[in-house]
Amino acid sequence: MQLTWRFDDERPIYIQLAEMLEDAILSGAYKEEEQIPSITEFSIAYKINPATALKGVNILVDAGLLYKKRGVGMFVASGAREKLVKKRKEQFYRTFVEPAILEAIHLGIGKSDLIEMIERGLSEHGN
Amino acid sequence: MGIEVRNLTKSFGNTLALDNVNININEKQIYGLLGNNGAGKTTLLNIITNRLYPDSGKVLIDGEQVLDNDRVLGRVFMVGEKNLYPEGMRVKKAFEITKLFYPNFDIQYANELARRFELDTRKKITALSTGYASIFRIILALSVNTPYLLLDEPVLGLDAQHRDMFYKLLIEKYSENPCTIIFSTHLIQEAANLINHVLIIKNGCIIRDMPCEELLEGGYTVSGPAALVDNYISGLKVLSVNSLGGLKTACIHGKAEQSDLPPGLEISSMGLQDYFISLMNEEESK
Repeated sequence: MQLTWRFDDERPIYIQLAEMLEDAILSGAYKEEEQIPSITEFSIAYKINPATALKGVNILVDAGLLYKKRGVGMFVASGAREKLVKKRKEQFYRTFVEPAILEAIHLGIGKSDLIEMIERGLSEHGN
Repeated sequence: MGIEVRNLTKSFGNTLALDNVNININEKQIYGLLGNNGAGKTTLLNIITNRLYPDSGKVLIDGEQVLDNDRVLGRVFMVGEKNLYPEGMRVKKAFEITKLFYPNFDIQYANELARRFELDTRKKITALSTGYASIFRIILALSVNTPYLLLDEPVLGLDAQHRDMFYKLLIEKYSENPCTIIFSTHLIQEAANLINHVLIIKNGCIIRDMPCEELLEGGYTVSGPAALVDNYISGLKVLSVNSLGGLKTACIHGKAEQSDLPPGLEISSMGLQDYFISLMNEEESK
């Protein structure tokens, strides 16, 4: 978990906190079936109102990525990482692939050229 | 039950410091009281704590009038810029005296905080530097355990490290034992994420009173090439405009509609400080 992490003004804090928690699960910093810090610990570490921290954490609880054990704390659900990878893959398509394809059509770049470009990008980055 | 402020008016000579102020402070929330110098923040807090009498109107705490009501006033603790302790009193003694007036004051915790902030409790209060006078006051506030806590510029003169410590301790305290906090500050950026309700005061009038999130959803900035921005903002409620070269950024009051955004323009949300500054500029240009 990155303790130097800063919030920006662009989006609500609870959404930024939720994304930070997702990143921590994706990176393996928070492992499945392991306990994560409490709402109080998040609030103090990030100097945010506990209600805001709760709202952020609840996004992951509602998505089934975290679950609460009464009187113990919050845990990462099994299968959370896989769920997130799937979600981020879909996000990747919407944010990067789709606009790239639309721009390619706009510029008249054909299918074979497009595939060639992707392969070039991959090989330039050692894949 | 909270604090109810009803039709509060107060003048000093020809200056109207509070102009028919009405507020409901709900329990167990952190309120940010924001306003420029001379807006009426301290006057309002002083009347809530019976340090000043209003010309008209009243304040109720948990349903009871505060006017000379010691029983109710024992539930409220205020730290302000002025120390109300007698000349020559030492920090240690001040802790003991505070305990007499506020039985839930935790002397042990106050001493622990003094150690962490490196405040020498043998020192005379009047001999403390500006920063340490602030530290002394925030230690009182963090140790007093009253259901209502009023903090008037609590971080004045504190360095970044001590401010950081204070914000964390305040959240810790609030998490363990939620109380109602009203917090006035000029360092809006730092307090923005702590508060959940915003009160903005200007010339003795409350001009905004709403949850922080709702307030920030009610404004956004749009930026891009000047001509495009001008075109986009015509007919919208513009709070402020900044231009640099051919680029322009405008703060808009209202909700952003991503769908009808022309290409070349970018929308982002506004931070509390940006919102506050834009609002003050707009009010001044009226």
